[in-house]
Amino acid sequence: MQSAFSLSFSQSSLTPPNRPLCSSNAAPRNLRFCGLRREAFGFSPSKQLTSCRFQIKSRRIEVSAAASGNGAPSNKSFDYDLVIIGAGVGGHGAALHAVEKGLKTAIIEGDVVGGTCVNRGCVPSKALLAVSGRMRELQNEHHMKSFGLQVSAAGYDRQGVADHASNLATKIRNNLTNSMKALGVDILTGFGSVLGPQKVKYGKDNVITAKDIIIATGSVPFVPKGIEVDGKTVITSDHALKLESVPDWIAIVGSGYIGLEFSDVYTALGSEVTFIEALDQLMPGFDPEISKLAQRVLINPRKIDYHTGVFASKITPAKDGRPVMIELIDAKTKEHKDTLEVDTALIATGRAPFTNGLGLENINVATQRGFIPVDERMRVIDGNGKLVPHLYCIGDANGKLMLAHAASAQGISVVEQVTGRDHVLNHLSIPAACFTHPEISMVGLTEPQAREKAEKEGFKVSIAKTSFKANTKALAENEGEGLAKMIYRPDNGEILGVHIFGLHAADLIHEASNAIALGTRIQDIKLAVHAHPTLSEVVDELFKAAKVESPASTTPQSVKAAV
Amino acid sequence: MALSSSSFLSTPPLSNSKSTISFASSVSPSPIPSLRRVALRSHRRSMTVRSKIREIFMPALSSTMTEGKIVSWLKTEGEKLAKGQSVVVVESDKADMDVETFYDGYLAAIVVGEGETAPVGAAIGLLAETEAEIEEAKSKAASKPSSAPPVVVVPSPPPVTSSPAPAIAQPAPVASAVSDGPRKTVATPYAKKLAKQHKVDIGSVAGSGPFGRITAADVEAAAGIAPSVSPSPPPPPPPAAACAPKATATSSPPLLPDASVVPFTAMQSAVSKNMIESLSVPTFRVGYPVNTDALDALYEKVKPKGVTMTALLAKAAGMALAQHPVVNASCKDGKSFTYNSNINIAVAVAINGGLITPVLQDADKLDLYLLSQKWKELVGKARSKQLQPHEYNSGTFTLSNLGMFGVDRFDAILPPGQGAIMAVGASKPTVVADKDGFFSVKNKMLVNVTADHRIVYGADLAAFLQTFAKIVENPDSLTL
Repeated sequence: MQSAFSLSFSQSSLTPPNRPLCSSNAAPRNLRFCGLRREAFGFSPSKQLTSCRFQIKSRRIEVSAAASGNGAPSNKSFDYDLVIIGAGVGGHGAALHAVEKGLKTAIIEGDVVGGTCVNRGCVPSKALLAVSGRMRELQNEHHMKSFGLQVSAAGYDRQGVADHASNLATKIRNNLTNSMKALGVDILTGFGSVLGPQKVKYGKDNVITAKDIIIATGSVPFVPKGIEVDGKTVITSDHALKLESVPDWIAIVGSGYIGLEFSDVYTALGSEVTFIEALDQLMPGFDPEISKLAQRVLINPRKIDYHTGVFASKITPAKDGRPVMIELIDAKTKEHKDTLEVDTALIATGRAPFTNGLGLENINVATQRGFIPVDERMRVIDGNGKLVPHLYCIGDANGKLMLAHAASAQGISVVEQVTGRDHVLNHLSIPAACFTHPEISMVGLTEPQAREKAEKEGFKVSIAKTSFKANTKALAENEGEGLAKMIYRPDNGEILGVHIFGLHAADLIHEASNAIALGTRIQDIKLAVHAHPTLSEVVDELFKAAKVESPASTTPQSVKAAV
Repeated sequence: MALSSSSFLSTPPLSNSKSTISFASSVSPSPIPSLRRVALRSHRRSMTVRSKIREIFMPALSSTMTEGKIVSWLKTEGEKLAKGQSVVVVESDKADMDVETFYDGYLAAIVVGEGETAPVGAAIGLLAETEAEIEEAKSKAASKPSSAPPVVVVPSPPPVTSSPAPAIAQPAPVASAVSDGPRKTVATPYAKKLAKQHKVDIGSVAGSGPFGRITAADVEAAAGIAPSVSPSPPPPPPPAAACAPKATATSSPPLLPDASVVPFTAMQSAVSKNMIESLSVPTFRVGYPVNTDALDALYEKVKPKGVTMTALLAKAAGMALAQHPVVNASCKDGKSFTYNSNINIAVAVAINGGLITPVLQDADKLDLYLLSQKWKELVGKARSKQLQPHEYNSGTFTLSNLGMFGVDRFDAILPPGQGAIMAVGASKPTVVADKDGFFSVKNKMLVNVTADHRIVYGADLAAFLQTFAKIVENPDSLTL
């Protein structure tokens, strides 16, 4: 049984090379989401680490008797098998997998281990959102009363909230560092750059050689021209996560994931929010139906207003007794539209790759808007359109899909390749989530994308939908607001995309993303059983609501197991 | 139980996430189409050869809807349509709705494309009866100036145009709040929202916030708890109280022979006492027709979950009261308003020859399901005479429904200690003409509120009723 399972896994996780990738339409999304793969280390480090170490030791004995540190390079002419520049979540994921594969690995970090996600992104923002979720609940008298609970006025201590966020970041950073140290990954401190093929410099003048190099330098907040960031009244997510103040009125430029999550935090803490969005609709990038519902729940009833179809052409920090001034111009005509006066402006217009000073000129690589061009196997492409041997780039720096867990998955994919197993990551199976209250999550195509693809390739598309109002667990929590939607092919039962807006949507998406990654068809997965009553039945409901023409596979796994 | 469901059943159950409407008003000719079609034909004859090409109009999906956006056309041009099929999805101010066709035929031309907006009543597409007429319809669609097709204007019969008209006046203050042209007023997002909600002209509010901006508190102050903004003349005081206290039983006429005298029970004595007391309060009445199609549909949907019509109405009234606190107030001493911190809806129930008013406390806050459950519990207790005093005398507003007897309207007496009482009549299919002159049959129910004019003025009550009607006509918020 075991072997049958693992066999089918490995087969289907290997995406066939001819499978179309979403690289072209994977527009850079706003926030890096954190899917820390190895966070479990934080919980029971000793047990897991030792078991890992045993495995490695036994393998090392096979490879080389003179193993020291994290092993000797398999090729004696290099210092390392693999050097990773950047110890963010992507680099970390790659490093751990590399050690597991027996590679002698080093990771170079010029700042702090953990990168954006852990220090200035998904991790501290989750801490703030955890606070905002509770505040929201406690302030909602109606919600409390409907439970029969009585709570006197809820309040918060700003510093306490800020400390929670920074403590969490520290804890996760330590977990990350320890997990790499425990496995024997060499953590080299200093900014890294590429000197030439298979040669890397770090710090002042330390030069090392490696058989393969992964660039994983990530990104920084993108600040459009005309905006003066002072870190106090005009801020980016980097500053906002420190929560040094809670302004009465904050304008958030950009209504993508980052902006949306911060609007959730700030409104829960008592701020009023004004969104400034360049596109004609709030929450671009989400499935239109989801964003419409999300707007009805996350925007309209809250102390939020918005301006769409406008650019913030100039933002001046508060000074000389004047508030923050924001000049708005029409996104199309560029005519002046309005001037806003607010207490704070948060710039959440996306993220820009951090690739300066990497020495890319040494290997004739030209960045595109800062992103390092790569092929579907994350191999770096040089100025002549040729692959640079032994050089890979993962994560935000290549811009394929700017999510922490995508970077990690890309890193693992690279390690698979350099250890002799071809691997192409299916980006359409990578889920994304926005941790508002309630949460939004998605995987695969949006409905318009699916319909466009269907038209091009000549297949039919169907939609299945279900409401959280029909879910017992959601109703027990008094959180019936929400919608789940699946886009699929009725002819063969392939899942094209799943979008969820509702309680714990971010946790619910994985059943769908795993099904996409493994190629599981609806007619098969709909036979799987979900515990009752759980939120997971929302997804179950989607599978069951789908009308697929082809029958279930003749030997579903459950049948096999029973035999 | 004071309420039976029978009078509210009418429309078929609605689909899950989107509601479907299939009113004649959506696709033009209505169930009584003679008037309109005549007008149409005569008009068309002058333009083209006579043919059976119908226009699909932007339907009015709610009383507040003035224009709608086409979310998507479910059918493409040239596609065959069968009566009852969904043709187009329209987004109103509240929700997306599927619009069905009332006729078989072909979708000949799409006049208003996806993502575009058209005013209610404007032609958004053409429906041809036969395939042969598609081309003709197409050329017609092409020749037609896209804005305001003349056909729409023709058939509006003069008299009873816009029944849900009062709501239309509402968007005006919003517009003025947005277009703060030359003199810059800075108002925070919540201040703007509150201003819209309380219909406060944001331009007239003085800002006390940082940098002189208008804050939520400024708007609240401007709105007052009793809105000072709507300077409407109170209607003439009702004559009701005048014809009162002559019959104080002392000079009663002699008994007819064989008449029997049955003394009041305790409950009846209490009723009698309260009724006499009520005469000292100057009351007046305001009636309002409410379209219940959407409510009936919602009721059908939630009934299996144990939701009663009483709970629905109490919830709607509670939510409306939350926006009009003065109607939930009471006048205890003739000198002041007493604003009640809770919205407790008393519901009149006839019980063994008596009358009692179990109270649904916090009707605005409890959700529908809890409210229904609570109501069942209260009725059970009332039957077994186990209601605790706070369960029948803590009401801040009373609801009385005689609709199940077929009563179309009636007049309730204001119980002492409360500001207003609502008398609900039966919901009945009524032929209504919309503002474009199209007839349709809608379920209408008349509600009539009696209020204490010392604290509640005509405009207050009218505004409250308008809110109530809006909630009932767009009842989705009731289930939140």
